[in-house]
Order: sequence, then C-alpha cells, then structure tokens
Amino acid sequence: MTGNRRKKAEKTMKSLFFIIATASVAVLGMIMIFLFMEGLPIFKEVSVKNFLFGKYWYPTSDPPDFGIFPLIIASISVTGVSAVMAIPLGVMTAVYLAELASKRVAEIVKPMVELLAALPSVVIGFFGMVVVAPFLQDIFDMPTGLNLFNASLMLAFMSIPTICSISEDAIYSVPNALREGSLALGATQWETIIRVVLPASISGISTAVILGMSRAIGETMVVLMVAGGAAMIPGSIFDPVRPMPASIAAEMAEAPFRGEHYYALFATGIVLFLFTLFFNVIADFISNRYRQVGEASL
Amino acid sequence: MSDNNIKMASEHLDFYYGDFKALHDVSLQFRKKQVTALIGPSGCGKSTYLRCLNRMNDLIPISRVEGKILLEGEDIYNTSWDVVSLRRRVGMVFQKPNPFPKTIFENVAYGLRVNGIRDKSEIEKRVTESIQQAALWDEVKDRLQESALGLSGGQQQRLCIARALAVEPEVVLMDEPASALDPIATQKIEELIHELKQQYTIIIVTHSMQQAARVSDKTAFFYIGKLIEVGDTDTLFTRPRLKQTEDYITGRFG
Repeated sequence: MTGNRRKKAEKTMKSLFFIIATASVAVLGMIMIFLFMEGLPIFKEVSVKNFLFGKYWYPTSDPPDFGIFPLIIASISVTGVSAVMAIPLGVMTAVYLAELASKRVAEIVKPMVELLAALPSVVIGFFGMVVVAPFLQDIFDMPTGLNLFNASLMLAFMSIPTICSISEDAIYSVPNALREGSLALGATQWETIIRVVLPASISGISTAVILGMSRAIGETMVVLMVAGGAAMIPGSIFDPVRPMPASIAAEMAEAPFRGEHYYALFATGIVLFLFTLFFNVIADFISNRYRQVGEASL
Repeated sequence: MSDNNIKMASEHLDFYYGDFKALHDVSLQFRKKQVTALIGPSGCGKSTYLRCLNRMNDLIPISRVEGKILLEGEDIYNTSWDVVSLRRRVGMVFQKPNPFPKTIFENVAYGLRVNGIRDKSEIEKRVTESIQQAALWDEVKDRLQESALGLSGGQQQRLCIARALAVEPEVVLMDEPASALDPIATQKIEELIHELKQQYTIIIVTHSMQQAARVSDKTAFFYIGKLIEVGDTDTLFTRPRLKQTEDYITGRFG
C-alpha cells in the first residue's frame, strides 16, 4: 500500500518536472516563432540581399531605406575591437589566477572579477558616457567621445569576467600530472604554462572567448548609450556607430505597429539572433571537438 | 663522497608536510648503473622520498626538507642549485602515464625543446633513439604524428619513459611505473628497466614485492616514514635482518 503510494508520488513528481521543463522550452520556442513571424514580412518590400548589404538605413525617410549593412558592420567591429582588448586581458588574468597567484590572492581577486559580471550594463554604459567619453574627447580632441572605441572598451569590461572565469576553470582542470610531467623534464614554470597547460586547455579557453564575444554582440544598453548612434559604416575606430541591438532598442518604440519599419527591426533581430546562435554553435562544437580522452579531458 | 660509485645519496633526510613529519632521518645511497627498489606499505613515505630526489616536492607550498641529498657529492637543496638543471639530470616517470595532449613525436621532443635544442635533425635523431630505447619504436613508427592519447596505457607509459630518456638524464626515478598497467605491459616495462640499467641509475618505487625482486639490485624497505632495512635484493628477500621486514615481505602486514 505504502509502496504504491510512493510509486505514485514518484510518478507525479516526474510529470510535474517534465511539464515545467517543457513549458520553459516551449516559451522560448514561441518567442523564436514570433521573431520570425514579425521579421520575415519585410522581405516582401526589400530583397534579403538589399536588406543585408544595403548601405543606407533611413527607415523613416520617404521612400525609406532598409539596408542594415552599417549596423552589421557596427556590431562586428565593436565586438571585434572589444575582443582584441578583452581576450588577452581575460586569458592572462585567468592564467595568473589559476597558475601563478597565491591561494590568498586568488581567493580575493577571483570574486572581484566575477563581481564585474554582476555590474548592470546600464551602469557600465553610464560610466562610459560621463567618464570615458569626455576623457576621450579631451585627450584625442575628437568631436564626440561616444564612438566605436568607447563602446568596445565598455564591452571589453563586460566580457572579461566571462572570458576570465570560464578560462580559469579550464586551466584549473588541466590535470596536475601534466604540469609535473613537464617540470620533471626540466621545463620552467613559464614553459610549462605556455607549452603544456594552455594547449591542454585550449578548447575551454576558446569556448570562453566565444561566449564572451556572444555576450558582447548581443549587449544592448552599453552600445545604445556610448556607441554614438550614427548608422554609417565607420571609417576609423573613433567614428560613432549604431550596432544592431542599439538600433532595435532606440527605434522600436517609434516604429508603427506592423509597419515596414517594425518588420525591419524584427528582421534585424533575426540577424542578431543568427549571429549569437552561430557563436554558440561554434562554442559548443569546439568544446566537443577538442574534448580529449582520458586524463587530459576538460 | 669518497666512493666514486655513488651516484646519489641522502643524508639524515627529514621531510615535513606542514607539521606532519613524513620522513625521519633517511640515509640511503644509490650506486651507479644499479636499480634500487623502494618498497613498503602505502603511506610509508617511499613516494615522498622519491620526489625529494628531483625536488618535485618543491611544488607543495607547505613542505620542508631537512638534511642533505647529494648528487655526485653536491647538495641539491643548496640554494645555489638550479632546480631546472637538476630535473634534467634526474628524470622521472610517474605512476599514471601522463603523456601531453600532443603528438607522439612532440611528447618526446618536448624535453629537448625546453632544454634549448633547436636543431631539427638532432631532435629527430634523439626522439627516434629514445623511442627505440623505450622499446616502443615498432609500435609507433608509422604514427609519430598522431596524438599520444590514442596509445594504450602501457604504450603511453613507455612513451613517458622515452620522454624522460630523451633529455639524457643520469638518474631515472620511477614512481610505481607499472601499477596502472596490465601484466603484459608490466612485463615489458620490467624488461625495459633491465635494459636501461646498462646506462642509467634507476630508483623505483613499487608496491609489488615480486617486481622489486625481479628488477632491482638493491631494495630499501620503508615503514611509517623510516628506512627500516636496506640491502642486496637477494639477501633482503631471503634473509631479512629485521622481523618487521620479514613480516612485510612474507605478507603478514601491509
């Protein structure tokens, strides 16, 4: 009797959890369907090619131009420049924390780096706006401090914690046996890190970098506040730009419901989604592809 | 050292992990081109002792050494000693095979590269020789550019031996090199040790008394951090001087 009841309870719990899990996946699925439903109609007005590679984004002119090429370039360049800053900083911090820092220092620094991830993006954007922008303007004598470089710098701050903490885990999980093997052959600590530990953790580090970048490319608030907002193809890293998320966030409120502009913004959302999906698939692929067998696995 | 045949020796060696004294006053000598086996139950300090000989224990921050370890008469714990060159002269093979996630060739070439050898043909020659010496050549000669992680456990361990030999050490330390291997792979490693003794001074930690009896010239018995008895392997296994040793080798404890 009690056995039966227990079995029943087990079964109920199982289905309850199944329903909850299905519900969250279903909601995500529906959001995706909605995204495509609201975005695809724009392609009745503009061809996919003209939409993706059109150089002019004047959605409110008459006739309007729906070319998001400047926005794509802005997103890619902002993310790229921030990667150039964030990858070395993030990975080197991870190496320091995992391999070189004393236990006490690591215990203090690691939570601090992770705390950086907890900073709301609007705070980072605000900092970029009121501190970094005037500083850049004064130092380089530029017309505006709100530009590609400033946005990249702020995004770098945002992706460093991701890159650092995932890389640190990857480096930390390299078996000690490999370090000992290297040192026992007369390698220095430095050679051991560069030639054994980093190559052994490369899949984890690559995953970290890609996840950091995917966070940066989808980030909205920071680029909305500090990228400058000009929908043009930048000529230098000090030109203002308008990345895709900024454009969507800034214009959505003014776009007439189910008008061309509205559809165009959703289509931009689709493109952005495909970008981040691409990053995540790559990250997943790398972490599976380079997963090593046996001792050195991550 | 007055005796020229002594390659390595420890004098009154004490070792501490923090407050815990893991080795008590161990004095032991290792002759050139001999195999010395260190035996004893788990936790007796034999591995700790082995790892003092190439200063691998330096990696443990709270550890401390007192006494001396001499390599050709020079104290390796002397502050002027360069750990990196010590480890080049005193190589090590670990309990579990630990090949690097690199190709078979690069695993062996690694030690040469970090020791500053740049010449390609020299590297190639020494990699080939070392793999041959480790009796692995026939099995891997066609797949040197494949990952070492695809080898079997026994092959990996011989690769690790080849890797240690490539830098031409004078002493080879082996920490239970066959404990993770099957009997056939174990036999290969033992045959190999027999070969290597022509050229190297070998110190091997083992849990298997049969293995100690088969491969070594001298055997040292450790128990709870102390060196209990040391002698010629034949004598120690047939006529141990102390009761403790006898109990251990006849399997009454440990």
